[in-house]
Amino acid sequence: MSVMTMDWVRVGGLSDIPRQGSRRIAAGHMTIAVFRTDDDRVFALEDKCPHKNGPLSQGIVHGDCVTCPLHNWVIALDTGEACGADEGKVARFPVRLDGDDIFLSFPSGEGR
Amino acid sequence: MAEKLVIIGNGMAPGRMLERLFEIAPDQYEVTIFNAESRVNYDRILLSPVLSGEKAFEEIIIHGDGWYVERGIMLYKSHKVVEIDRAKRTVRSEHGEVAPYDKLVIATGSVPIVIPVPGHNLAGVLTYRDLDDVHAMLLAAKGRGHAVVIGGGLLGLEAAAGLQMQGMTVTVIHLMPTLMERQLDSSAGYLLKKALEDRGIRVLTGANTKEITGNGKVEAVRLEDGTEIPADLVVMAVGIRPNAQMAKEAGLTVNRGIVVNDQMQTSDERIYALGECAEINSTCYGLVAPLYQMAGVAAAHLGGDTTQHFVASQTATRLKVTGIDLYSVGDFAEGDDREEIVLRDATAGIYKRLILKDDRVVGAVMYGEASDGPWFFDLMKSATDISEMRDTLIFGQAYQGGAALDPMAAVAALPDEAEICGCNGICKGQITSAVTLKGITTLDGVRAQTKASASCGSCTGLVEQLLSLSLGGDYNPAAVQPMCNCTDLGHDDVRRLIKAKELKTIPAIMQELHWTTSGGCAKCRPALNYYLVCNWPGEYADDYQSRFINERVHANIQKDGTYSVVPRMWGGMTSAKELRAIADVVDKFNIPAVKVTGGQRIDMLGITKEDLPAVWADLGLAGFVSGHAYAKGLRTVKTCVGTDWCRFGTQDSTGLGIRIEKFMWGSWTPAKVKMAVSGCPRNCSEATCKDVGVVCVDSGFDIHFAGAAGLDIKGTEILGHVETEDEALEHIVALVQMYREQARYLERIYKWTKRVGVEEIRRQIMGDVEKRRAYFDRFVYSQKFAQVDPWSERVSGKDKHEFQPMATISLEAAQ
Ligand code: SRM
Ligand SMILES: Cc1cc2nc3c(=O)[nH]c(=O)nc-3n(C[C@H](O)[C@H](O)[C@H](O)COP(=O)(O)OP(=O)(O)OC[C@H]3O[C@@H](n4cnc5c(N)ncnc54)[C@H](O)[C@@H]3O)c2cc1C
Ligand code: SF4
Ligand code: FES
Repeated sequence: MSVMTMDWVRVGGLSDIPRQGSRRIAAGHMTIAVFRTDDDRVFALEDKCPHKNGPLSQGIVHGDCVTCPLHNWVIALDTGEACGADEGKVARFPVRLDGDDIFLSFPSGEGR
Repeated sequence: MAEKLVIIGNGMAPGRMLERLFEIAPDQYEVTIFNAESRVNYDRILLSPVLSGEKAFEEIIIHGDGWYVERGIMLYKSHKVVEIDRAKRTVRSEHGEVAPYDKLVIATGSVPIVIPVPGHNLAGVLTYRDLDDVHAMLLAAKGRGHAVVIGGGLLGLEAAAGLQMQGMTVTVIHLMPTLMERQLDSSAGYLLKKALEDRGIRVLTGANTKEITGNGKVEAVRLEDGTEIPADLVVMAVGIRPNAQMAKEAGLTVNRGIVVNDQMQTSDERIYALGECAEINSTCYGLVAPLYQMAGVAAAHLGGDTTQHFVASQTATRLKVTGIDLYSVGDFAEGDDREEIVLRDATAGIYKRLILKDDRVVGAVMYGEASDGPWFFDLMKSATDISEMRDTLIFGQAYQGGAALDPMAAVAALPDEAEICGCNGICKGQITSAVTLKGITTLDGVRAQTKASASCGSCTGLVEQLLSLSLGGDYNPAAVQPMCNCTDLGHDDVRRLIKAKELKTIPAIMQELHWTTSGGCAKCRPALNYYLVCNWPGEYADDYQSRFINERVHANIQKDGTYSVVPRMWGGMTSAKELRAIADVVDKFNIPAVKVTGGQRIDMLGITKEDLPAVWADLGLAGFVSGHAYAKGLRTVKTCVGTDWCRFGTQDSTGLGIRIEKFMWGSWTPAKVKMAVSGCPRNCSEATCKDVGVVCVDSGFDIHFAGAAGLDIKGTEILGHVETEDEALEHIVALVQMYREQARYLERIYKWTKRVGVEEIRRQIMGDVEKRRAYFDRFVYSQKFAQVDPWSERVSGKDKHEFQPMATISLEAAQ
């Protein structure tokens, strides 16, 4: 296997995620949430709200944000930062869209 | 170390004193309060709206429990103090609680006077002072029947009007020839009497009560002249006496009330008295405005400021009976040195009288139209020479100086010192400067900042006019709370426009109604989705991305991201087969917790999302469908065992509950809907705190609604009585459909009811057969599309993507 060249990992197709929705990716001990906005942009965050670890993938996606299902923190998809009065930040993963294919990249050392 | 401040009595006066004290000296005292009543501080003035049903008790609370907790105040409820030991400096409650004090405040209010006629201690004879009295009256009013109110003063008339609104036949007995003779002259008293009689309240003036008769319980009131009036309830409202007995026993100087100096200190300088129990310059007060002034003085003194003194001032009276506008202030006795100006408009039922002395206003009585009251009061306080405007004075402020007849102009013309809120002594300048300096834009804002209009509320109109004056176009008295930051429209407007413009998708709404964001937010989207589901059954395709996760995956998300599953158990009935199936599912999926819920069914908690469809598949085989424990929709219909088993059951409550649940499950509603059916008034299924409840009786079914037992606690209202199960179902379904069509998203039935009024709902559902049928039919139609078990849909593959990760990757592989 050409392990060394796998910078970007294909995790699925755009049509696998509903607009204004999200899907999860099981990555070892970590879960990653991949979001699709209304205008077909894709973002990936660790599925773990900076507040109390709520699964962001289960929230409502609106604009460039997701509202956490547990206590309604609003997290910006592009930065992973909490909006408004709340403070906190969740890990973010680079995303590349190639046609319908979604690729994620993981910084080395992440998730070990 | 903080000094110990003990307060006896937790009424309106000490409540206000504490607010001030915590502003001035937040850390100076460790405060302990003993209150004979079992509750927090509430607005006693507003008991009458609670009695009449126009307000709920929760709305008149001044300080909730949290307020005391935040300030570290120890509040002993239901603790009457029975002894003050001035030598040891302690007080003792009847339960034996002893509290030492450095400073003591006595604020025990008044006790209602009971005329000691024979029969005055029969069951069913009440006074009118606190919430317990209101509850007792409301209970008595349930049986409809006759009420006799003894005393035609402010309190008595408010009680009479309230009891009448609760459906009782009411007679008022008043000793004097005219009503409210201390505040009204005889002409106004006459008009008031007529207005009450027009409402169906019988008023007997010049009538002296001789005895109250009855066998163990009141049955009639007999007058001096022999007249006998049947009575199931007698309310005595003949006056109050300062509650000063305990102070007297402690050796303090007591006259009629507890004697205090103008800094509210009693004859013992460590002990203060304020409120109705205090006597200052030989006067006891019985309206809140002077009591609040006392509170301010006492707070200042306790906080170390000895420069403040109580100055007696006059207060105006208003009667808080909806639809009756009257105002009186000052002295209106006739006299050689006095003149009067009177205006009568018989057709409009208006009477106004000004009493002048040396070209100055000394008193005013107004009936039927009282908006100029504060202006006259102001002229009176400022002792303005009115000779210039004498000819038009009685027409009110709007006529002066050639100004147009515009209420706004009248308010604009008021000087800054003009008192707007009599209860709290707030004048115009304080309100306008709060509005401009603090940037207040709402009535609630003014209430929070200044207290104006926060007590009896009769100055609300004036405050709103001031707001619009100060803010110009920025204040709209009917200003609605926008749905969210994406729009200026409120929920009601959006609902109306969806219908009027036939908007059938979320993007269409956002486009047509000028949403300011591109895709809405987590607040508006679920609401819009519901409105569309409700409005266009069969046409609108539910937008699952706009639903909260629970409704999207038909299970309740838990704090660790797992889910709970609650299947329906119709009416709380289950069987060995069902229980076995649940047990098997629990074993098979290693479900960590199983719990019997408060809704008469079983909750399985801690299920992973991936397992949900398989869990549902197994439950489905045993006949279970989704319990919608996650839905803004029909939740449970709790039942009791009813005629099937219970020796008291009057109807088949279990059967009716199951029938309702089977008829209504699956429907989406603005907020969750919980119901219950009890087989008799013992009410074992707790129907009287539900959104909709049925209490079976021998003659049929009492339908209740608008109860709550969660964040708020509220007993239900009665919708009405029906004789058959079929009728019960039709009425309940129609009620719920009316609620579905009108309420704002997330508004429970009891809140919606508060907004539209119990009467209106009763009128439409009980009184208007056609309306009721139409609601019923619309509900039945929408059920055609709603009554699909979401679990079995998902077992057969719907929304598969929700339950499976999109990919499983090994991070090792990624590096
Ligand atoms: C399971 C249960 C507690 C139990 O172990 O018994 C429960 C559990 C929850 N309740 Fe409840 N309530 C349960 C009966 C009640 C009751 C009692 C009843 O229904 O007779 C009440 C008071 C009655 C009422 O609603 O007026 C009740 C008043 C609330 C409230 C306050 C609602 C309100 O408007 O006042 C909430 C919060 C909300 O809905 O926003 C709430 C919310 C919740 C939530 C959904 C919290 C949440 O958002 O995650 C809990 C979900 C746990 C889960 O995953 O199952 N729960 N909850 C009960 C489920 C009943 C059922 O079979 O469906
Ligand atoms: C129905 C009604 C309508 C009214 N309408 C108006 C109105 O429109 N305008 C107006 O200005 N005023 C009105 N009032 C009068 C106003 O409510 C009172 O003047 C005011 O509430 C008195 O406040 P207070 O603090 O002196 O006493 P209260 O509010 O009566 O409080 C005294 C408290 O002390 C408790 N207490 C008594 N003895 C003891 C003891 N030994 N130990 C512990 N606790 C004790 C009592 O239980 C009570 O809770 C109305 C009153 C009523 C009853
Ligand atoms: S009372 Fe209801 S909402 Fe609160 S913790 Fe218990 S189940 Fe959860
Ligand atoms: S865990 Fe996300 S808001 Fe609390």
